[in-house]
Amino acid sequence: MIKETQILTHHGRQYIPDLTEACVPAPFRGRPVISSAEIDVKALMELCPTGAISKNPVSIHLGRCLFCGECELAFPEKIRFTNDHIMATNDSKKLVVREGEEGRILLDPDMIREEIKRVFNRSLKLRQISAAGDNSCELELGACGNPNFDMGRFGLEFVASPRHADGIVITGPISENMAEAVQICNAAVPSPKIVVLCGVDAISGGIFTGSRALNREFLQEVHIDLYVPGNPPHPLTFINGILELTRVKHLIQ
Amino acid sequence: MTEDIENTLKIKNGQAVSLSKIPVLEYQEFYALVLDLLQTEDVHCVNYYAFPHNDNLRFICCLADDRTQDIYLLSHIMTTGRGLLKLESLTKYIGTLHIFEREIWENFGIEFEGHPWLKPVRFPHNRYNGNLKVNDYPFYKIESDELHEVGVGPIHAGVIEPGHFRFTCNGEMVLHLEIQLGWQHRGVEHLLLEKPKLLQRTVLAESIAGDTTIGHTLAFAQVMEGLSGISVNSRLDAERTIALELERIAVHTGDISALCTDVAYQLGTAVFGALRTPLINYTQTWCGNRFGKGLIRTGGSHYSLTDELVQELRNLLDDFEWRFKEMADKAYSLVSVENRFDDIGIVTNRQAKLIGTVGMAARMSGVKRDIRHSHPFASFSDIPYVPVMLEKGDVYARYYLRRLEIEESINYIRKVLDEKSCFLSEALLPVPETNLNLSPVSISVSMVEGWRGEICHCAVTDEQGKIMHYKVKDPSMHNWKALELSLRDLEISDFPINNKSYNLSYCGHDL
Repeated sequence: MIKETQILTHHGRQYIPDLTEACVPAPFRGRPVISSAEIDVKALMELCPTGAISKNPVSIHLGRCLFCGECELAFPEKIRFTNDHIMATNDSKKLVVREGEEGRILLDPDMIREEIKRVFNRSLKLRQISAAGDNSCELELGACGNPNFDMGRFGLEFVASPRHADGIVITGPISENMAEAVQICNAAVPSPKIVVLCGVDAISGGIFTGSRALNREFLQEVHIDLYVPGNPPHPLTFINGILELTRVKHLIQ
Repeated sequence: MTEDIENTLKIKNGQAVSLSKIPVLEYQEFYALVLDLLQTEDVHCVNYYAFPHNDNLRFICCLADDRTQDIYLLSHIMTTGRGLLKLESLTKYIGTLHIFEREIWENFGIEFEGHPWLKPVRFPHNRYNGNLKVNDYPFYKIESDELHEVGVGPIHAGVIEPGHFRFTCNGEMVLHLEIQLGWQHRGVEHLLLEKPKLLQRTVLAESIAGDTTIGHTLAFAQVMEGLSGISVNSRLDAERTIALELERIAVHTGDISALCTDVAYQLGTAVFGALRTPLINYTQTWCGNRFGKGLIRTGGSHYSLTDELVQELRNLLDDFEWRFKEMADKAYSLVSVENRFDDIGIVTNRQAKLIGTVGMAARMSGVKRDIRHSHPFASFSDIPYVPVMLEKGDVYARYYLRRLEIEESINYIRKVLDEKSCFLSEALLPVPETNLNLSPVSISVSMVEGWRGEICHCAVTDEQGKIMHYKVKDPSMHNWKALELSLRDLEISDFPINNKSYNLSYCGHDL
């Protein structure tokens, strides 16, 4: 018992007291900002492995961005990845970061369905589906419940069965072989329910876009309540996105 | 045997050679030679695959000789005309080849006569028999009123990847477990050809298995460097080695935490879990991503391990080491934990050799398979690494081996930091290549000892120097069989600790 207490004392308090204000130190690549510098835009677009960069105005689609940072390395005067991890949104249009935009990416409160805040304000149980995810998103979602991030303090939890869940969190680009399982799992979740796409692969297919081994039809049939960009998304990106979606502000602290 | 070797081409890990130098043998000759070379335990098959080439099917077999650090390349060309294509199965005599023959059968419809059971491997999108769907997997069945089957998956209870486990049980006892994979298939090997840019291919390699980002991307970079004749300086080698060993320490620590979870030892879960965090956060401080995405690039690196980072790493390891030891001394002497792990899920030395396990899953049963030692790459060529070996092959062995390997990796990183003069000098880190000139009609074989075991990547180029075929082999290809064997005659409730003790890759297998 003495030994155990010693170990606990040595490790101290591991949890991050305020997750909404926590910072991820640089060089973490979070929300990018694009300056108005004149550069070879064609070369910049050509560089991006997933075609996430468009022109007129120059913009980055965070649903396609792998956060590999190669564009920043090649054109540092044009693109800079900040360490701002707050990137989750319910409006797919907000995933596009344009030249000169410095503002945080937030949720559109008007687009949140009325029943979400009413029903999930104090507790939200989620069923995670890895649909050809590469296991980095899965590990980060697992980390959301560890002693550091401890999302359980908000009543957020991943549960073992869709029958116990209030929604699903999809990681991975959704392979043909998983397409049916995703449908079945979602159908097994009682309503009202939410659908969250976690990570670049789930949002757009990421680097797997164009593969004949994918089947993303499911996404046409459902309403997506939250997009969580990242490759993989940082646990803080995910937790803060979920809190924004489900919580009435004053209850978060 | 010496004469036989003359019928093969000998290369070293990471080397590229002209495809025409590989002797093309008649199948009978190929067959006899593979059987002969695999007679000794020091030689094992690291890759065996086929690809379409000039309207024919070209077979490549890579056998690694642990004594001489050579890789023997053998080849056979099959004319694919009309009618059913048949070959005699090598699996009849060498069980370890079962998965490779199944894969060739699944992709091209070649019937291997005498193979115990040609079953689908991963239901790839371009499979030979498109009518066979992922739900049609032919499971082994035992007909009896006494027995029942338990099907689990593809979606599991935890936050993990999908796979289907079928248990045939007699009451609580498992008679047989069969694991069906393929749910994760994303078409990685095809995309590696279809996406033309080097950066696209690199990020694909990073996503083969996100928990082994460093391992797979390093194997990819070595293949590209081999084919384009780039030699890497010792500083880059050292940085890559450190990244690889950090990945190993972080994953092993997380796995020990997960094993504690599965036997309800909460202190272990929390403390080992918390110990993993600073490790992956260090990788983030180094390259901006907790899993090392962005760190490994062909020919160079964007993120130099600066003096400050080296000092930070030393401090991290010092701090980690005593904290880890304090917790491990407790967790590894606790009778209640030992009692759940000891004697559970044994894979004997004989079984491990029969199914050809690699990496940790081999070393737990006294089978010495460690690419760092047998076919050294990066810094392992200069600073020898001695594999940690255990004998018993049970859950405890896998649990304990993780601890020993963590300790060994910490020591090894320190050695690299100390002995590598490159960190003292101003040796420059080269800038990554953006465009490569690959030598035409060549093949390159690269192996890396990831934390699960040997990763093997092979690439073949065409006349224009474009990649014509790319083959990825994750260690899990071999090791899933070990999990199946572990479960025999155990209670079904022992499945979680066995599964966690291996922590095999679904996406690395399914590609």
